[in-house]
Amino acid sequence: MDLSTTYLGLKLPHPLISGASPLTDDLDMVRRLEAAGAAAIVMNSLFEEQITLEDNAAQAQRDENQDSFAEAQSFFPQSTDFAYGPRAWLDQVARIKATVKVPVIASLNGTTATGWVRYARQIEEVGADALELNIYLLATRSQVDGRQIEDRVVEVAEAVRDSVHLPLAVKLSPFYSSLPNLVRRLDAVGVTAVVLFNRFLQPDIDIERLEVAPKLVLSTPSELLLRLRWLAILHGRTNMELSASGGAHTAEDVIKALMAGANTVQVVSALLKHGPEHIGVLRAGLEKWMVEHEYDSVRQMRGSMSLQRCPDPEAFERGNYAKVLKTWRPS
Amino acid sequence: MSAKWVTVDGNEAAASVAHRCSDVIAIYPITPSSSMGELCDEWSAKGKKNIWDTVPSVMEMQSEAGAIGTVHGALQAGALATTFTSSQGLLLMIPDMYKIAGELTCFTMHVAARTIAAHALSIFGDHSDVMACRQTGFAMLCSASVQEAHDFALISTVASLNSRLPFLHFFDGFRTSHEVARLLPLSDDDLRSLLPHEAIAAHKARGLTPDHPAVRGTAQNTDTFFQAREACNPFYAACPARVQDAMDRFAERTGRQYRLFEYHGAPDADRVIVVMGSGAETAIETASWLNARGQKVGVVHVRLYRPFDAAAMLATLPKTVRTLCVLDRTKEPGAMGEPLYQDVVTALAEAELQNPPRVVGGRFGLAGKEFTPGMVVGIYAHLEAARPRNHFTVGIVDDVSGTSIPYDDTIDIEPRDVQRAVFFGLGSDGTVGANKNSIKIIGEDAGSYAQGYFVYDSKKSGAITISHLRYGPRPIRAPYLVQNADFVACHQFGFLDRYDVVGYAREGATLLLNSAHDKDRVWDHLPLEVQEGVIRKRLRMFVINAYAVAREAGMGNRINTIMQTCWFSVSGVLPHDEAIAQIKQAIDKTYARRGPDVLAQNHRAVDAALAGLHEVSLPSAVTTTRRQPPAVSVLAPDFVQRVTGMMLANRGDLLPVSAFPVDGTWPTGTAQWEKRNLAREIPIWDPAICIQCNKCSMVCPHAAIRIKAYPPAALEGAPDAFRSMNYKGKDLEGQLYTVQVAPEDCTGCGVCVAVCPAKDKSNPRHKSIDMLPIEAHVEVEKLNWDAFLGLPEVDATTLKVDLKTAQLLQPLFEFSGACSGCGETPYIKLLTQLVGDHLLIANATGCSSIYGGNLPTTPYTTNRDGRGPAWANSLFEDNAEFGLGFRLAVDQHAEVATGLVKRLAPKLGDVLVEGLLGAEMRDAAGIAQQRTRVLALRQVLGGIRGAEATLLGQLADYLVRKSVWLVGGDGWAYDIGYGGLDHVLATGRDINVLVLDTEVYSNTGGQASKATPRGASAKFAVAGKTTAKKDLGLMAMAYGHIYVARVAFGAKDAQTVKALQEAEAYPGPSLVIAYSHCIAHGYDLVHGLDQQKAAVDSGYWPLFRFDPRTEPRLHLDAGEPKGDVARFMRAETRFRATEAQDPVRFAETIKQVQADIADRWALYAALAQPRST
Repeated sequence: MDLSTTYLGLKLPHPLISGASPLTDDLDMVRRLEAAGAAAIVMNSLFEEQITLEDNAAQAQRDENQDSFAEAQSFFPQSTDFAYGPRAWLDQVARIKATVKVPVIASLNGTTATGWVRYARQIEEVGADALELNIYLLATRSQVDGRQIEDRVVEVAEAVRDSVHLPLAVKLSPFYSSLPNLVRRLDAVGVTAVVLFNRFLQPDIDIERLEVAPKLVLSTPSELLLRLRWLAILHGRTNMELSASGGAHTAEDVIKALMAGANTVQVVSALLKHGPEHIGVLRAGLEKWMVEHEYDSVRQMRGSMSLQRCPDPEAFERGNYAKVLKTWRPS
Repeated sequence: MSAKWVTVDGNEAAASVAHRCSDVIAIYPITPSSSMGELCDEWSAKGKKNIWDTVPSVMEMQSEAGAIGTVHGALQAGALATTFTSSQGLLLMIPDMYKIAGELTCFTMHVAARTIAAHALSIFGDHSDVMACRQTGFAMLCSASVQEAHDFALISTVASLNSRLPFLHFFDGFRTSHEVARLLPLSDDDLRSLLPHEAIAAHKARGLTPDHPAVRGTAQNTDTFFQAREACNPFYAACPARVQDAMDRFAERTGRQYRLFEYHGAPDADRVIVVMGSGAETAIETASWLNARGQKVGVVHVRLYRPFDAAAMLATLPKTVRTLCVLDRTKEPGAMGEPLYQDVVTALAEAELQNPPRVVGGRFGLAGKEFTPGMVVGIYAHLEAARPRNHFTVGIVDDVSGTSIPYDDTIDIEPRDVQRAVFFGLGSDGTVGANKNSIKIIGEDAGSYAQGYFVYDSKKSGAITISHLRYGPRPIRAPYLVQNADFVACHQFGFLDRYDVVGYAREGATLLLNSAHDKDRVWDHLPLEVQEGVIRKRLRMFVINAYAVAREAGMGNRINTIMQTCWFSVSGVLPHDEAIAQIKQAIDKTYARRGPDVLAQNHRAVDAALAGLHEVSLPSAVTTTRRQPPAVSVLAPDFVQRVTGMMLANRGDLLPVSAFPVDGTWPTGTAQWEKRNLAREIPIWDPAICIQCNKCSMVCPHAAIRIKAYPPAALEGAPDAFRSMNYKGKDLEGQLYTVQVAPEDCTGCGVCVAVCPAKDKSNPRHKSIDMLPIEAHVEVEKLNWDAFLGLPEVDATTLKVDLKTAQLLQPLFEFSGACSGCGETPYIKLLTQLVGDHLLIANATGCSSIYGGNLPTTPYTTNRDGRGPAWANSLFEDNAEFGLGFRLAVDQHAEVATGLVKRLAPKLGDVLVEGLLGAEMRDAAGIAQQRTRVLALRQVLGGIRGAEATLLGQLADYLVRKSVWLVGGDGWAYDIGYGGLDHVLATGRDINVLVLDTEVYSNTGGQASKATPRGASAKFAVAGKTTAKKDLGLMAMAYGHIYVARVAFGAKDAQTVKALQEAEAYPGPSLVIAYSHCIAHGYDLVHGLDQQKAAVDSGYWPLFRFDPRTEPRLHLDAGEPKGDVARFMRAETRFRATEAQDPVRFAETIKQVQADIADRWALYAALAQPRST
């Protein structure tokens, strides 16, 4: 049975990798992921915005009260006057690299042009095996058109591509008018893989307090369907590697993603729910299903249900919606 | 010898040597010496080694007594040890100092000399603390400058090792300890070369060890003590020579020669001043200036004060001297003269000279009072009198005892090639930091001599800073404030209305203003006094809108780099391009770690500053009639106008002795007259959506947002803009309700808006109170505030006091100088609302004593009956005992009064007597009734003759209950005052303790206390405290008879109110431990309440009340811990600093904190079960 796959220049024993999550904050969890057989580990994202905000806030707080009173020239030890990031995060990458043998894919969410490049270089320096660019640009101003957003995504990817030697993946949101076109442009600037899709935390509304409330909601298998469709559309139309992220909870989900065209399947919510060991359960489930259904390799099933190869391609296009409507009856 | 100059302050200069020459350092924070300990702790935390290649062990203790005890032990066990202290801290060390000296122990301590609290506390420098040690047997060596603080730290260490006498090395607090100057540092090789290695070996060999056991600290009897005490004499006799030897060897290596006593001046001087400390520098420079003008004067600069080498002193004196003037920077009331004077008199008497000079003693510079060349000239002039006044004072006007001598304060002796600059800034605008940076540039890179000294406000919010800078081609020996400045900058335009900014400028100087008014309009916005000054002095004037430049450069309110650039640009400190390059280089150094974007932003600000700087073309005459407003309202009481007003205008130096209370007793209620106008935005109330929860008033740290309920008729005459609504609730049905801001007293912290739960349903961004720009509202709200003050107060006797109604009661603590957003003051304010009219407060030294009692104005005030909190601060360490004394006295008075009522009962009448003796006074109504009875009693007593009736008349008010509260911070309650607190709680007497727990020494700048939690980074615990917070509440509960509560008003305000009420009502001792968010936690305090809630929810700060009268005794007021304590911790810099240093260890710490919480919850939950009977 050959479960192996390739992703970001890495030869992986199987397609199941641990996606960007808080699990990588804790070395014990990382060890458990390795023990459970994760093929690769994606780091929790380094958020430039958060680092900048925290650093500015800490600096402002320190400045505000420095040299103000006769009795206290400061309120913190001078040696704690450090930048809040990304040192701690980078150190964690290095620690994880020193702790486990499994490949480590760093994840970066930048905000400024210089930040993307600077942090990417630092990530390369600490020894990450590959880099996932977590690009999320939210258009809130009507003056910005779709093309400008896409240009920005490609510019970021290109700038980072020119600055580091690491294999690059770009993690995208599903909200683009023409994903195949954007993916082609990313391919043209040297990006190796795309990850479909990021699922940023969506703010909720607290109706009692009339406040916007950030909320962590784990993914559900229903979210997989969006990924399946786009994997299926992109597979074969691009030479880039595809990674599914969001909604894979069971071995069956994993199989579907592979069949739609994924090189790797990233798992997060299921691991947060069941523990790092669940990745081993999924792997075993995948293998068992393949044995039962007489598949020799993952390669054999990858893309088998993509738009190019599946028996009824129109089902992935407009027809899919119509079919669901026809079969749905009010209870 | 290293040739590289460094710019440091005196504390760092001394600590740098002390750290490198020590094995063990025991410390405790006290102003102004704290930073010596802090630096040593940081150096050791970073692994910096002493010259023997080991890292000194630094230990923070619970008090100075603890620090010296630890040092004493370390010395006895053969270590080289040191400590640093000042003032009261030094006094606490005295008992051990006798022991250390009696045991002939090699030891050097470094003291930033500071005033001892007498009629008042003062943090500033004089010699009253060190002079209280002159009898301990310590040698005393005094340095007079930053360089000397560095050099003498070594010389005293060497001399101690060679002489076996312990040394107290001291320098003037603030004036030297905080002056930033450039110096030539001593290298490790210098230290190694000069320290006597054999003497060190001998010291170590004397260390106690079971391998060669000895006994020390025996008790001796009448037969032997005396002789044994005299055995040390040869060591004292030999010591001065050892010191001179150390000075000589030091000179051989460094080229800097010092002597025990140094004479400066005319060799044939007829008048000579004897002085020590930084004042010597002023005296020497002035003497030189006078001699150049034909006078014959001199100065004896005293360096080794103990052992006093009379022969060496006399040898320095010119034979020609007719009058000797000995200046002491201390006061010894009742003595024949101050200490140095007495020593000199004795030296001369014992020398039996043929024609001894006349000796005159004088006092100068108490509590950091300026000592200027003008005063020195005045002294020399005074000495020419036929019979100069002895025991004179200089620098003040003593119109009571006539001690003061006149002087001309316009005398300027400074050479023209020394440039002088003065900067008026706001604490938070970074002016001081930028100036320190400028001194580094000038002193280290540009090769000039430079000096910086910084004067701070006594308030903690919106504090003014005045920076005094000098630089030039020659060493600067001017330890006094700058006058006749070549350059004056005012970084806050509003200061021009409040302070005499232009008064600092010399003729033809440059004035730089930060103003929103451009170069064409700024002139017309200057008050008359400033316009006149500018024209009279023919100043050049430049203006920049630094806030606009900062905003555009993305730097918020940080205008320091912008103003620094402007100074460099217009003053010619350095050639223009070089200056700009140096500033940018400094920016690169400072912000390197913060990435290229921040660097670029700062560079842009520098360029924009140059672009935005304009010279103002000045008219030849004034164009305004607008004068500076008076410092206080004309409605203020006479004393406030005469005395407080002068202090507020920065002219307190001019007040004569007669202006002051003789015993430190000051009127209360003065903060209301100081309109500080700090806020840029103030809360504005919208009654339409108010739900009358009263939380805004509850949380306001400055009592600047108030609530009243009042009858509608009271509104008559109120301004049209005055807002009110119907009171919601049956208790005061039919009354109106108003929330009102005091616009000129609000600091703009925004906590009231953060807590306001009332949102506009269609636009939740709008709340019932919003922060709005002050310009648009201040005039209206000033009128509204005056009208609000005129409304009647609610009748407390009919009110059921709870969370909501407590806020209708008048706070008797208002407009304090606490930090904007302070987490302590809401508790004190609430306490005064609940019991303020019959309250005595004993306040431990710390933040609460500073914002509670630092002049010019104080926040405790009175109600319309003239009643209010009586407040006093004794010391840091003795507050519990001090407060217990209040209780004992009050109870004693009450007992005597009760006895007299009983004895006089037949004359007073049964009804009155029964009423007086049986009164229930647990609420406002009961107290009011008793006051009515006391009034009746006084009337009856008026008709009764005899001593008993007279005495009862004097004590009758004590028949009304008095509440005694002991207030202080965690440094007091957990550390230095814990022994006393424990004892006082154990007595069972009816005292109440309010611990304002910020979990750190806040007032002295964030040093760890035993209240500091595990994982928090603080000074003296840089890497994060490794042990858990002491559970003071649990320790008190263990007694069983103490009411104990732990509260956090931001998490559960109702529980806070209830706990204070129960503590007050409990007839025995009560302890309330109050979570107080603080700037030392490191986040914007507008989020203080959220953090309190997170602290409570996560179990970090459990809420409980332990009432010995109930069963079960312990009531847990917050549910089982839930939520993530890490989230709470990561929101605060104190914890994040620890994480940033070592994330892995911090992850472990979080687990430990979580485990601490679980353990404590389990324990508390068990204690909260009913006890089996």
